[in-house]
Amino acid sequence: MSIKGAAYIAGAFEHPLRKAPDLSVAAIHAECARGALADAGLTFGDVDGYFCAGDAPGGVLSMVEYLGLKVRHLDGTDIGGSSYIAHVSHAAQAIAAGKCRVALITMGGRPRSEGRSGVKQKIVAANVPDTPFEIPYGPTAVNEYAMAAMRHMHDYGTTSEQLAWIKVAASHHAQYNPNAMLRDVVTVEEVLASPMIADPLHRLDCCVVSDGGGALVVVHPDIAKNLNRPLVRVMGAGEAPKGLQGGKTNLTYSGAVWSGPKAFEEAGVTPQDIKYASIYDSFTITVLMQLEDLGFCEKGQGGKFVADGNLISGVGKLPINTDGGGLNNNHPASRGGIVKVIEAVRQLRGETNPEVQVKNCDLALVHGTGGGLSSRHGSATLILERV
Amino acid sequence: MGTIYQDRIMTIPEVHPEHKEYWDAAVEGKLLIKKCASCGEFHYYPRVICPHCHSDKTSWFEAKGTGHIYTYSVMRHGKPYAIAFVELDEGPRMMTNIVDCDLDEIRIDQKVKVVFKQSGNQENPGSFIACFTPIESD
Ligand SMILES: [Zn+2]
Repeated sequence: MSIKGAAYIAGAFEHPLRKAPDLSVAAIHAECARGALADAGLTFGDVDGYFCAGDAPGGVLSMVEYLGLKVRHLDGTDIGGSSYIAHVSHAAQAIAAGKCRVALITMGGRPRSEGRSGVKQKIVAANVPDTPFEIPYGPTAVNEYAMAAMRHMHDYGTTSEQLAWIKVAASHHAQYNPNAMLRDVVTVEEVLASPMIADPLHRLDCCVVSDGGGALVVVHPDIAKNLNRPLVRVMGAGEAPKGLQGGKTNLTYSGAVWSGPKAFEEAGVTPQDIKYASIYDSFTITVLMQLEDLGFCEKGQGGKFVADGNLISGVGKLPINTDGGGLNNNHPASRGGIVKVIEAVRQLRGETNPEVQVKNCDLALVHGTGGGLSSRHGSATLILERV
Repeated sequence: MGTIYQDRIMTIPEVHPEHKEYWDAAVEGKLLIKKCASCGEFHYYPRVICPHCHSDKTSWFEAKGTGHIYTYSVMRHGKPYAIAFVELDEGPRMMTNIVDCDLDEIRIDQKVKVVFKQSGNQENPGSFIACFTPIESD
């Protein structure tokens, strides 16, 4: 069974706040759910499938109760920040199998108000088999991604200047997004002059820490066609976990090498066909590695590919993250996946700021890396088409 | 000048039943990895079932304790420390810290040997943790 054409994204909503000290996490989820349903022209009563991940307090059961949903399909898949990209695929599968017709996906959190950041040690859960062999060494979000960057530089000659171009592109886009957390355009020199956090990643190689969230409504084709919204069709998807492989790991590639080809094959398209891409940007290195692994350039050529404005809408060959991405706009709950889907939907609908809108944007790719690039991560790829 | 290694408080790891020998050996300054009798492969971190061929014929193997740095990153925010992956001479790559050296001189492919540091602190000491330090080049 393929999910090609099995479902449409009818509703998308990104919470406007980037700091939300007065909202509970559950309330952020609820506000996002209401926003996405209103965007679709649907109501809470229409929802019969619910999806959330590790940011949802109490998981699916607490959230379904809080939101007052009556659903017949539940999915609490958590593969980190890419979960929501996988949820769109899972929702399409559930719709194709007749398990639901209106799937609601919510996410939200407030790491900024709670004082969390990517330089703090990860939270230790009991009985996780890998934790005793990692947690004493002080792994954090930043130094894990930094180790992948360091090896990529060693093997392929990738430079800090090239990584900086990814941030420069994000800042160019963010200047047009009134909700973006950081709106100042920066230069390569400014990225390199920002404080070193964990060699070789500078502060401006890192995404923002923001409160907020988002929601998506994925529906059966019959429902989509009766809504007064542009039609954004699910064309293909892939997902893949990557871990340390019993000690045989190679940290210069991500699980995108497996999830990407599956998504392209299902959609029947190639990287050259993609007009716009939302590429997970927890750190600049995340973007570079994913672009290579998805086949937008040859392995090892990512540095050249991202340089000189190639990722800037209207300037380069592959516009990405036209909202400003996690680097500038929003990385709610330290999980960037849902905003990646939302911006792709905006592009396909032609609803972004005209300054960053990709012309004739009829085919978009969304890709996420959730978790740690130098430990375990979940890769999820999604291809969407405007009908 | 450099960035000289400073001791840091390492989080005390949980000791899971299948890893008791590993942590007992660490007290003796020995690094244990697992070897599989079915496929002949080493693996790390250690498991009851081989992750490569799924045989349960895995047994403890004392690693030489030498290898080279596969990758690393020095944390510059707060007290500096060097996280790394070391490729053991037996093959597996393991997460670790590079210690007892100038952190600014750490390089990929540098040869290293295991040294153990105790987790926790004086009031609450924990297991000994396998770290690595550069070997003087000859
Ligand atoms: Zn085996």
